Amino acid sequence: MLNRLPPLKESPSQTAGPYVHIGMTPSLEGIGGPNQPDLGSGPIVAGDGPRITIAATIHDGSGAPLGDAVVELWQADSDGVHRQGWGRAACDGAGAFAFDTVKPGRVIGPDGRPMAPHVSLWIVARGINMGLQTRLYFDDEPAANADDPVLGRIMDPRRRQTLIAIRSEVDGRPRYDLAIRLQGEGETVFFDF
Amino acid sequence: MSTIPPYGDEGQLYQRDRAWHPPADTPGYKSTALRAPRQALLALGQTKSELTGPTFGHGIIQPLDNDLIRNFSQDGSEAIGQRMIVYGQVLDENARPVRGTLVEFWQANAGGRYRHKREGYVAALDPNFGGCGRAITDDNGYYHFRTIKPGAYPWPNGGNDWRPAHIHFSVFGHAFAQRLITQMYFEGDPMIWQDPIALAIPDRAAVEQLIARLDRYNTTPMDALAYRFDIVLRGRRSTLFENRMEGN
Repeated sequence: MLNRLPPLKESPSQTAGPYVHIGMTPSLEGIGGPNQPDLGSGPIVAGDGPRITIAATIHDGSGAPLGDAVVELWQADSDGVHRQGWGRAACDGAGAFAFDTVKPGRVIGPDGRPMAPHVSLWIVARGINMGLQTRLYFDDEPAANADDPVLGRIMDPRRRQTLIAIRSEVDGRPRYDLAIRLQGEGETVFFDF
Repeated sequence: MSTIPPYGDEGQLYQRDRAWHPPADTPGYKSTALRAPRQALLALGQTKSELTGPTFGHGIIQPLDNDLIRNFSQDGSEAIGQRMIVYGQVLDENARPVRGTLVEFWQANAGGRYRHKREGYVAALDPNFGGCGRAITDDNGYYHFRTIKPGAYPWPNGGNDWRPAHIHFSVFGHAFAQRLITQMYFEGDPMIWQDPIALAIPDRAAVEQLIARLDRYNTTPMDALAYRFDIVLRGRRSTLFENRMEGN
């Protein structure tokens, strides 16, 4: 059948507010109760690949860290299939958050070709009226990144760099760092998926 | 892989009507000033990265997760306040129930005070009220929980701004691009129409979609009022040769 105008409108978004931790990371406020550890905390189960750390910071338009944001991550397993590769983390006072996970495999893109490995991120906080959608790519995948259809849609190549995390090794383990900037110079690319 | 092309219009979520949602930068709500992106969002169709999402089984739900009156009780006493049941149906834009999805909620206590380390309001904490809970929708998309009515409270925005009584909701749906956080308000509350956060939503009809209705038929006599709050997530497009995918 052809699509008719859908009968309902999506509920409008509202900010998660400054007290988002009560609902989403309650242990941080001492109210985890029987639900500890918090949902989405701890290592992400996403296949058998080598473990990596994804570490990022979030800053506002004045360069101040977002100490109050909560971030969710969704990713494919190491074989490129989405199963349960989900996690949730609260930023610390320096606006930093991290996930212990595996590097995702390649997922089929809109044109039927594989996209470069990436994770999806969703950021909520006080002052964010609607959760911000972005992606994190990996700088040790230059060929795949150059061919990625989503990165390719970002017209200004300098802005593509805002999504590409930089690899280092910490205690023999790969770590990928990304600086997320909500506004202004170096502003991260956010999507309307 | 299926022989059907993996993406096209089929199974895609309807484009978000951004005019129905609050824009990123709403000057009446001052915290948005430095947190709103200045660049336009890059609009793209969804891939599996957006059309899939985490699922949560009933195994994560504890018996008191949907009872905020008792789930933080320290001494066996119940939370103080106007007792009420909040319930509703999670639907998609096609009016189909969203089954088996996680709904999380959090709120201030009856005095308008949150149990949070950054909270500065003078109203007293209730030792037996934590303020958070969760539920998984049933086969018809319904959730319900018991709580006390949260109080209004002042907040640092304008010189003397007060939030109307509200409950925060987080809903997952079945796709990461359906992820939604919103707030529920109470029918008849005049403070909604003075609230910079509710009024960040440009369309009055959209604000009204967030106002729970008093439901006398589902009250518990001599115990609790009832409010109904339905939540709508993005819906999926159908195809010309529809295969009735899960969630479609």
